[in-house]
Amino acid sequence: MDFLKDIFKDIIDKLNTALIVEGRWKMLLGGLGNTLVIAFFALIIGVILGIIVAVIKVAASMNKKSKILAVLDFLSNIYINLIRGTPVVVQLMIMYYVILVSTTNSVLVAIISFGLNSGAYVAEIMRAGIQAVDKGQTEAGRSLGLSSLVTMKEIVLPQAIKNILPALANEFITLLKETSIAGYVAISDLTKAGDRIRYSTYDPFTALLIVAGIYLVLVLGLARLFSMLERRLRRSENR
Amino acid sequence: MKRIMRIAALVLALLLATILFAGCASTPTVDVIKSRGKLVMLTNAGFPPFEYVSEGAVCGVDVDIAREIAAELGVELEIQDMDFDGIIGAIKSGKGDLGIAGMSVTEERLKNVDFSVNYVDSKLVILVKDGNTEITGADTLSGKKIGVQSGTTSDVIATGVDGAEILRYKTFLDAATAMKSGKCDAVVVDEMTANEILAVNKDIVMLEEVLSTEQYAICMRKGNESLQEVVNTVLNRLLAEGKIDEYIANHMASGE
Repeated sequence: MDFLKDIFKDIIDKLNTALIVEGRWKMLLGGLGNTLVIAFFALIIGVILGIIVAVIKVAASMNKKSKILAVLDFLSNIYINLIRGTPVVVQLMIMYYVILVSTTNSVLVAIISFGLNSGAYVAEIMRAGIQAVDKGQTEAGRSLGLSSLVTMKEIVLPQAIKNILPALANEFITLLKETSIAGYVAISDLTKAGDRIRYSTYDPFTALLIVAGIYLVLVLGLARLFSMLERRLRRSENR
Repeated sequence: MKRIMRIAALVLALLLATILFAGCASTPTVDVIKSRGKLVMLTNAGFPPFEYVSEGAVCGVDVDIAREIAAELGVELEIQDMDFDGIIGAIKSGKGDLGIAGMSVTEERLKNVDFSVNYVDSKLVILVKDGNTEITGADTLSGKKIGVQSGTTSDVIATGVDGAEILRYKTFLDAATAMKSGKCDAVVVDEMTANEILAVNKDIVMLEEVLSTEQYAICMRKGNESLQEVVNTVLNRLLAEGKIDEYIANHMASGE
């Protein structure tokens, strides 16, 4: 048992050095704050952008005659292909060093970068969800005398959201974890804070495990929120 | 709740397993290195003239020194280019034999690795954009954004400045690039690298004030005395022959 006691003492020692000594937990807290701020606002940008692009694409596929929609659809395709075709870390650095050169707020650069990135994925998820709703639903709505906008809003979208949610949850989780590359442009996010603890304690194991644990808790929380939402939405099905 | 317990148990099991296996990698003594036939050097190739990338290969003063050490041992040299702040951790865990990266000797680092004799004297200076009249020295850095390379002594010094915001980049070159577009107000960097940056960036100037003086040395795993002895022998010979000054002159872009 002494053996186990030694190990236990070692763990406490390591946690103490990684968190308490020199108030290192403050770095983690600050990093966590930045990570959450970036992920949250990027998520909002991503959802808004995603809805706009998805609606454009769905509308364009339903209304082939409109020239304006065709142009918007073309632009949406370029956007989606550019974003999906390049690594997010490269996009982040292009934003930081090339496009938003004169912006001095690094966190803002990261929010825009991750938001733009997420938007492309959200758009495709939403488009797929909307198009997965049976065509008969739209036809039924239209034949009942509802306008196409009302049909979309009242009949198609509520059903689409249920299709979308699991994939959307996945995307949000990915987004949250992807923000861990913010350190590339000198942002003190959670990962970077862990890095600083890692090289100031020279104990990579504890620092990395703490950081991994925090991400895990965040993701589990997010997943839980989504499963609650899914359950809530499914209630209407059993009536 | 059950799920949380299960995860907690998993994490604890991982923790125990890793602690049990930590430190199992054997120390790369001279015998080990010779029998494997190569010397692994860890560095960060963003620190001219000591290490930088030219024509696709890592070269610089430190690489020349490492070649001499490898020759002395009669083995090949393998260079691993990594983040500077990870070098000491990697040396500790046996991922490489020598950390040669223009690394200054500090108390904190000495607790974790052994160092060779010093081979270069260096000092930390402040770079600002040409025309910046606000920053004239260390006492004017408060409240400013200071760019540094993550995990270097510049990071430590800048972090000690009251009220300053520190931006930690992967390399000093990134920090300087960011300063040019106004993302930070000043960069704290080693003087020789500062000169390299100045040589290619006409819109950056160096302040006269010296923030600290330091000595570079080569780091290796604690207690690796046989390797330390070889490294010291080579360094002392190179120093006596004036070779290191020669290497520096060779690799300075500003000197060409």
